[in-house]
Formats: sequence, C-alpha cells, structure tokens
Amino acid sequence: MTGTIIWTIVILAGLGLLLALILFWVAKKFKVEEDPRIDEVEKVMPGANCGGCGFAGCRAFADAAVKAPNLDNHYCPVGGNEVMKKVAGILGYEVKEKAPMVAVVRCNGSCANRPATNIYDGAPSCKVKAALYSGDTGCAYGCLGCGDCVSACQFGALTMDVTTGLPVVDEQKCTACGACVKACPKSIIELRAKGPRGMRLYVSCVNKDKGPVAKKACSAACIGCGICLKTCTKGAITLEGNLAYINYELCKLCRECEAVCPTGAIHGINFPKPLDKEAVKARIAERNRKAKEAAEAAKAENKEAQQ
Amino acid sequence: MKNVTFRIGGVHPHDSKLSRDCAIETLPLPQTVYVSMAQHLGAPATPVVAVGDKVKVGQVLAEPAGFISAFVHSPASGTVKSIAPRADIAGKMVTHIEIAVEGDEWAEGIDLSDTLVTEIPADRAAVLEKIKKNGVVGLGGATFPTHVKLNPAPGSKAECLIINGAECEPYLTSDYRIMLERTKEIIVGAAIMQSVLGGCPCVLAIEENKPEAIQAMQKALGELPYTNIRVQQLKKRYPQGGEKQLIDAVMRRQVKSGGLPISVGAVVQNMATALAVYEAVQKNKPLITNTLTVTGDCLPLEKQHNYLFRIGIPLSAIADYAGGVPEGAAKIISGGPMMGKAISNMDAATVKGSSSILYLSYDATKRGETSACIRCGRCSDACPMGLEPFLLNRLTKAGDMEGLEKNAVQDCIECGCCLYSCPANIPLLDRIRQSKVQVMGIMRARAAAAKAAAEAAKAAKQ
Repeated sequence: MTGTIIWTIVILAGLGLLLALILFWVAKKFKVEEDPRIDEVEKVMPGANCGGCGFAGCRAFADAAVKAPNLDNHYCPVGGNEVMKKVAGILGYEVKEKAPMVAVVRCNGSCANRPATNIYDGAPSCKVKAALYSGDTGCAYGCLGCGDCVSACQFGALTMDVTTGLPVVDEQKCTACGACVKACPKSIIELRAKGPRGMRLYVSCVNKDKGPVAKKACSAACIGCGICLKTCTKGAITLEGNLAYINYELCKLCRECEAVCPTGAIHGINFPKPLDKEAVKARIAERNRKAKEAAEAAKAENKEAQQ
Repeated sequence: MKNVTFRIGGVHPHDSKLSRDCAIETLPLPQTVYVSMAQHLGAPATPVVAVGDKVKVGQVLAEPAGFISAFVHSPASGTVKSIAPRADIAGKMVTHIEIAVEGDEWAEGIDLSDTLVTEIPADRAAVLEKIKKNGVVGLGGATFPTHVKLNPAPGSKAECLIINGAECEPYLTSDYRIMLERTKEIIVGAAIMQSVLGGCPCVLAIEENKPEAIQAMQKALGELPYTNIRVQQLKKRYPQGGEKQLIDAVMRRQVKSGGLPISVGAVVQNMATALAVYEAVQKNKPLITNTLTVTGDCLPLEKQHNYLFRIGIPLSAIADYAGGVPEGAAKIISGGPMMGKAISNMDAATVKGSSSILYLSYDATKRGETSACIRCGRCSDACPMGLEPFLLNRLTKAGDMEGLEKNAVQDCIECGCCLYSCPANIPLLDRIRQSKVQVMGIMRARAAAAKAAAEAAKAAKQ
C-alpha cells in the first residue's frame, strides 16, 4: 500500500520534471525576440484600444511606434501630449505637441430649425438612411438623427438630445479618437482644436445648397452669403460651394463672424461672456469707416503725387 | 398548358390588383415639365439644348454620356426655361431640363397614326440604331439601355427571348392594361427584338392571375404572321418578374452569381419595353410616354386610374389630376409595395421607369416591433437568390465586408422577400441594401485598380 503511494509520487514527480525540461528547452529554442520597449510603451498607453490613432489597438500602436523612425505619424489622441511625451521618453524621440482636439457636431438642424418633410420608418441607422434617400427634412446634408455616432463612441461622450434630435458632445469625456467622425455618413462631425479654456468658433452647418434652398430647408443653415468672409481680418474663413468654413488654426476667436452671421450658423461656445452683437457690429462698422477714409486719403495722395 | 414558376424561394403576397379594370387614360400636359438626365441605368445624359431654346415634342434634349447611357427626348413642345439640379423622388439632386409647355407641336419624322405596322425591317444594325436613337430603356424597373441588351457581346448567343409580363408586384396594373389594349403592338415589338437577336424563340411570360391578358395575347398571335412566339402561363409568385427568376421559370436555367442572363442564352425584356421598341422602330417615336398606375388600398375604386403619361410631369401634378392625396394615406410609393421606394418628394418629376403612385394606409405599411432573431430560417427559405439574409444582416452590423462579399450580398435583388417573411420584423433588407452598396463599391474599385494595373503592365511591356 505504502509502496503504491511512493511509486505514484515518484513517477508523477519524474514526469513533471521531464515535461518542465522540455518546456524550458522549447522556450529557449523558439524564443521570439521582441523589443522590450513595446511592453514599456504599451504600459504608458491609455489602454482604451479605441483605434483613434489609426492602429488596431494600443499594443499595435506601441509596436508601430517602436519600429517607426520618428513619431510624426504616430499620435495617441486619447492620451494626448502627456502620454506622447512619455512614449517619446522611452523611445528617445522628439514629439510634436498637438493642440487637444474635440469632436464638434456641425449641424444645428433641430426639429424647430429644420422641420421634417416626411417620416422615416426604416432601420434606425444613419448609414441605412443615407443609402436610401436624402433624409426626412428638406436638407440633404444635415444630421440624420439615428445616432450612429452615439453607438460608435466608446467613451460615452455622445448623447442624442431628445428635444433637438441632434447629438451632443460631452467635452469632458470626448477623447477625439475620431470614431464618430468615421461613423457619420454625412461627415457632419469634425475634430477641431479644443481652444483656450474650451473657447472655439465654428460653422455649425454643412449644407452646400444655394442660399434660398438651404434657408428654406433650415432656418439655421449657412446660406453662403460670405459676410463672415468679408468681416474676418485674419483670413481664417473660406467659402466653398455655398458653405463657410473657419480654419481653427488661424482663428483668433474675435467672434466678429458670429455677430454678423445672418442665420446664426456660426457658433461660439465656452466664451465667458455672452456675445454683444451690436457692440461688435459697431466695432466693425467703425473699422470699415476708418479703412475707407484711409483708402480715400491714400487715393487723394496718389492723385496729388501723379499731378 | 402547364404553369411554371421559379424553383428557389419566393413569397405569396396578396395581389390586390384593384385598378385592373381601369382603361388607360391620357394624362394632359401641365404648364411645366422637368426632364431628368438620369432616367436610365448608367451615366447621366449630357444636355444638348440651351436655356431659351424652343423645343418640339420628340426632339433630342440630351445625348448619352457613355456606353451604358441613353438619349433623352423632349416630352413637350415649348421653351427650355432652365437646366439645373432638382431633387428626384429620393431627394437626390439630379440635373433636370425645365420646359415651359406651349402647344403640342411634334418633331418631324414621327408617325402619329394608329395603323399597325407588322412588317419587320430586315436591317439589324438600323433597327438597333433606331432603338438607341429613340432612347429606349428597359421599363421593368432597372431602366437598362435596351440597345445594349439586344446586342450581346460576341461569342454569346441568345437562345430565348423572354417578354416579361409577370407583373408580380401587388397593386400594379399598367403592364396588364397595355397587354390588353396594345396587344398587337407589343407582339410586333417582341418580333422585332426576336429578329434583332437572330430569330431565337420568343416567350411571352404572363402570370396566371391575368387570364384576360393571356387570352388576348393568344388571340392576337393567331392573327399575326409571326412564328416561334408563344405564350407561357406562370404560377402566381413573387418575385417572378425578376430577370433571373423568370429565366429559371421559363428555361429552367440558373444564372450563376455575378453572371448576366446572356450567359445562359436568355434575354429578358418587359412588355412595356416591347411596346416602346415597336413605337421606336415602326413609328420612329422616341420613348417619351409610359403607363402609370394610380392606386392604393386607401383610394376609392372610382379614383384609381391607369394613365398614359408624358415623361417629366411632376408626380404632384398627376396626383392632383387624379383627385389629390387620399385621406388615410400613410405612405406614397413609387413602384410596387414590395420593391418600390417611398416618395419623399412629391414634386419630383416622372421618369421613363415610373410605374405607379401607390397610396398605402398605415395598416398596410406599418412595421411591427423588432424583436430578436430566432433563427427560424424563413428569410433563407424566402430568398429567391438563395442567400442567407439573417447572416448578411449580422455581417452588416459587424461591418465585415469580406464576409459579406463571400456570402454574395452583391447578388441580392432587393425584392424584400426576407423582410416580408421575417416573424421578428427585423429590417433585413434595409441593412442588406446598405452593405450591398458598400460591397459593390469595393468590388468596382478593385476591378478598376486591377484594370489600371493591367494597363500599366501592358504599357511597361511595350
């Protein structure tokens, strides 16, 4: 009886030892050489695996970043500059700092601004709806309101506003991973610079129809009148296909365009004070008057010089 | 005669042919017509008139902009007011030519008499040219240019011409009415196409729920001098009017995935197309009219109509003429209730392929509450293309384009049988249609890339 127990223990122990040796040998023989920095980089990553960087996940990003000659094409929007500095520290690279970004919904076609012209009863998906027709309002460009962006967001930063039927971005939660931008079939959502203390100006419309058509469909549409373009002294605004666009890299947040926009398509948010439209308009008028005077004076001078 | 039908899938919706006894009436022209440049499958036509030009009925307004494209003719005489983008029935912007109607003056060379011309021209090339020049496209739904279809690529031979009179969609009766009222013209049109295709047998395929049409066709065939044309009675089943389903029903041949009907020796044309071919070849009349049904379950019988309309009349004008939108109409559909598209814009102009204005009540169109898929397999049983709609739906949700292509989403004919048979009310077709567009886009891009690469390799060799 005792013999059986002893033998069992001996055999099992021997077997265990043998297999351990085989495993040890295999692990030595077939070891995959991996850069230890990949693990280090992965450790400092946020671990959201959102794909916002363009790679399949944080590990894939770390792998690519270690192999890359520099970090120009590798940036984790979720971790931002802080994480990228750590990554650069591990890899010994320079990192180009980027301004923090945030997702911006460029449509103000709420139920009040943009009345419905028909009722959609198909599958509740923007992609399906966009493939089918131009949408349940007169605007063929705006938000379809089925919430593909909301379901694409992994961070819970997007919600549908029930009263307006438009998605709302929670700036605290938004990591600018860009999943919503990809999910939106109408390309309404754009990643824009967050701006100092969150202050930013943008055209909240993507309608490229001619003014009267756009206005008929939605009272808050950009009608492509170009007044903002003429007012902007920084050259930050461009007008293409009846639609104004504010370049956030050039914009100095003076809010003049917001004051002159006849339809209220330009939105300024997170500014500490509400916009005093009349004061700003008066300022612009004064500036224009002075410029005109200066131009006339210059003209007169020119004439004198010619004579 | 034995009734035949296709062998895979299919459903039996109630046929509801309410307007079957309404004779075709001619619709008057409104003040303005809007002629779309995208009335056919393929590249939109290029306008050849300018704003301010005076045009006559039947005059060419636009020329084809590619191999698969078609001529567009003026449906009215008057002045060209504008050439500008205008919303079509789905709200998509398409270039339209706006014509202010003045009188009804026809272009020269068009025979407006009613006499039946039974003699078939022998010159094949001239007939094809006439069909092309008169802008004839397939009126069964896809509006594929007819001259392209009647001119199969070298190496393929037509063994059977099928004239599609299935009209398997519920409610629609326009094909039925022309089969009754324009019987002989249709047969002459079929005979013309038969001779163009080299004299292959021709089958007039009609569903059994239209016995009057079958009788009329048989009687007319006896009176006309053509041989090798016969009527084939079909069992009532949806989607029998689908090209591939009809080929299976009549010829017992299956078109392979991605293949064209001509690969099994078949050419399918609609009854209305046969009529258009007759008018184009024998009367030199371009395709500027078609027949349209105004019907619906919430429309009283006396307000139901079959109209001969000029292409370009806005849908709203037709609806007004027919007595306005009836009370209780929850959905207005262009086409049949199974495959048709809901009209989001009643101001849209009619096109060559317009076949109906269908008013459906809330009860007839409402979608039940969606619940989970229970894998009953009814959608797979119903699919006439032998696909697995529940799987395609899942793959679409997951965004698996490769999987979708492997499971042949591109073969979907969008007949809606899956959606019709789903007990869980899952919007199968909605999603499949979306992924089909995406997958076909990917396939086209790949084909274009392969072509470019082949050309580059060829250039490098030289």
